[in-house]
Amino acid sequence: MTRKMTGAKMIVQALIDQGVDTVFGYPGGAVLPIYDEVFQQNSIKHVLVRHEQGAVHAAEGYARSTGKPGVVLVTSGPGATNAVTGLTDALLDSIPLVVLTGQVPTFMIGSDAFQEADTVGITRPCTKHNWLVKETDKLAGVLHEAFHVATSGRPGPVLVDIPKDVQFASGQYEPKKPSISHYQPPLKGDMEAITELVAAMETAKRPVFYTGGGVINSGPAASQLLRELVEATGFPITSTLMGLGCYPASGDKWLGMLGMHGLYEANMAMHDCDLMINIGARFDDRITGVVDMFSPKSKKAHIDIDPSSINKIIRVDIPIVGDVGHVLEDLLRVWKSRGRKTNAEGVAKWWKKIDEWRSIDCLKFEQKGKIIKPQHALARLEALTKKYDRYICTEVGQHQMWAAQYLNFEDPNRWMTSGGLGTMGYGFPASIGVQMAHPDALVINVAGEASWLMNMQEMGTAMQYGLPVKQFILNNERLGMVRQWQELLHGERYSQSWSESLPDFVKLADAFGAKGILCSDPDDLDDAIMEMLTYDGPVIFDCLVEKHENCFPMIPSGKAHNDMMLAGVDTQGVIDAKGSVLV
Amino acid sequence: MSALKIKKGSTSHSAYNLRPNFSDVIERHTLAVLVENEPGVLARVIGLFSGRGYNIDSLTVAEVDHTGHLSRITIVTSGTPQVIEQIKAQLGRIVPVHEVHDLTVEGPCVERELAMFKVNGTGDKRVEALRLADIFRANVVDSTLQTFVFEITGAPEKIDAFAELMRPLGLTDVARTGVAALSRGD
Ligand SMILES: Cc1ncc(C[n+]2csc(CCOP(=O)(O)OP(=O)(O)O)c2C)c(N)n1
Ligand SMILES: [Mg+2]
Repeated sequence: MTRKMTGAKMIVQALIDQGVDTVFGYPGGAVLPIYDEVFQQNSIKHVLVRHEQGAVHAAEGYARSTGKPGVVLVTSGPGATNAVTGLTDALLDSIPLVVLTGQVPTFMIGSDAFQEADTVGITRPCTKHNWLVKETDKLAGVLHEAFHVATSGRPGPVLVDIPKDVQFASGQYEPKKPSISHYQPPLKGDMEAITELVAAMETAKRPVFYTGGGVINSGPAASQLLRELVEATGFPITSTLMGLGCYPASGDKWLGMLGMHGLYEANMAMHDCDLMINIGARFDDRITGVVDMFSPKSKKAHIDIDPSSINKIIRVDIPIVGDVGHVLEDLLRVWKSRGRKTNAEGVAKWWKKIDEWRSIDCLKFEQKGKIIKPQHALARLEALTKKYDRYICTEVGQHQMWAAQYLNFEDPNRWMTSGGLGTMGYGFPASIGVQMAHPDALVINVAGEASWLMNMQEMGTAMQYGLPVKQFILNNERLGMVRQWQELLHGERYSQSWSESLPDFVKLADAFGAKGILCSDPDDLDDAIMEMLTYDGPVIFDCLVEKHENCFPMIPSGKAHNDMMLAGVDTQGVIDAKGSVLV
Repeated sequence: MSALKIKKGSTSHSAYNLRPNFSDVIERHTLAVLVENEPGVLARVIGLFSGRGYNIDSLTVAEVDHTGHLSRITIVTSGTPQVIEQIKAQLGRIVPVHEVHDLTVEGPCVERELAMFKVNGTGDKRVEALRLADIFRANVVDSTLQTFVFEITGAPEKIDAFAELMRPLGLTDVARTGVAALSRGD
């Protein structure tokens, strides 16, 4: 049954039919008809952000913490261009978003009209797909298809550009129905390949599960199956930055995060394994180090829903294209039906080796003296918030890596960080999106002072909607990660990496009507954190930390996994000319 | 799809059809990509090649199924086997792409290109141009007292050869369509 209505009304109706409860947006001339419809309904909450980039990151936070697509509504021209960073971020991290942009009326497109931008042209390379809708009759169908594309297969951001005359005109509303689109990525993996992997698992002496964001994207059932698989086989498991929480950090098979700032035992296991089982990760360059030296002795299996991920960077022996949840289900079934075999003796020896690596205790640090070490601040935050229903966001830099190292994640969808794009300014708006989705949870954004300033205008949003997000700023008065690279690669010439003229964060909080807390003494830290946790409202926590602390372990550019720098090493001349051209 | 003489889905799931050893040898492949004929679809395909640094040696496109609104894009590209596999997988990821076929590995195929040459000359050169055109089965589609426009179809190499011969005879303009290709047999 179709109904006649205006394009603007269709948009709201389609969002309701898609089960959307929250939209992050910012109005402007080209979306006024849509905003008029938003005004006249109560089913969907609209969150007025302070910058369109904030809207997209907030929607990402919402999406990552719920598994549902995030929805954004912005105007044409500058509204759309401000959304580009968020779109690219979501594309690289495979986050489902539906972004609606207003456009100048169809008869003015191409005339350099006021606030006209070629939005579908600009966003073509940073969306999974996008549409310009020129007829109201087609609008509802495209919107439903947009949700289908954003959430099927490898998720990603999509954009629908809607000219203002299309919003005003009336047309037939097509209700949501099962997708008839040709776009239906297969979910089931090839059984032959799955059986081949099971056979490899039965004999492997030094296996390792290398997991990633694909496990989280596949949904909670996939994480559950992964846990079952790890417990049943007794194989060690590591994860990328994106996959933290897919296996509990408290589990005894957990090696910690791998990669450039990953744990020693995780990287060594990757390097020395004889069977690498990649589940929903993509051999990103932060993970592999230099590819020629990557895990030279292993047979490699790769489970990924996106065929283009397979053999893109590392050639694998057993490719399995499919959804992680579906493949793991089949994998477990086949493994059980063949008698639940593993090479117990070999694996036990492997664990002995891993325990040797673990005994190095690569994350150890010493908190002494009167200056707070950033690692200590996070260790205390971890201890004091463990028991909470907790969600963590981060900005980008050293603090992000320390958060990944020192905070423990027991469940999926609890960790929101910009992995692929590394977008400073991501965390604060993301925390707003998370808090909108989980009003009663504790939402903390672990931030660096420089990153946080990039979207600090969102304090207004947090205040307006009463969102008690905790901004835990590890303030080293440095663009810390940049400074670290300058120390390692550029002869300690700290070019433009000082955070100068910082605001007084306590006064800044005050100016917005929020709470500000300053902490510089290790002895005050616990009390200060407790004060933050018990305050019912947004908090800016300015934690003054050691300024020149380096983030270790580190695989320097151009080096292999087994060539890691650990804390306390000499930082000069470790990266050669070849390594220094890498980012 | 039978009307389009394309076997359904023979190179989708490209990850399963990998040849075991990737070499560094640059190969030339002809790909047939069946896409929904919607606005911007060609820009998506071309943007993929430029954005990821792949080569396009030739590209042709036209709607081949007017009722189903499907276009066929024929792309001649070159790269190492790993790059070629990656190109196919990346093409397959584009939402309005229905099918990706690597005609070079799916079996024998025929490749044809149409070209037009304008040759300006008088006397012996003019006679010689006409004689060579005859040998190459090129047609004269326009002539003045000074010029001929020849139309020729064939494999790209044949067209290259014809161009070489016409150059000293007063070749002034060339227009080539790029390659269209179909697999042989059924
Ligand atoms: C938008 C953006 N610009 C620049 C960078 C490069 N960059 C990476 S980390 C970093 C410094 C971040 O400083 P801060 O937020 O204080 O974190 P810290 O490393 O000090 O913990 C910079 C500039 C980036 N990732 N994103
Ligand atoms: Mg800093």
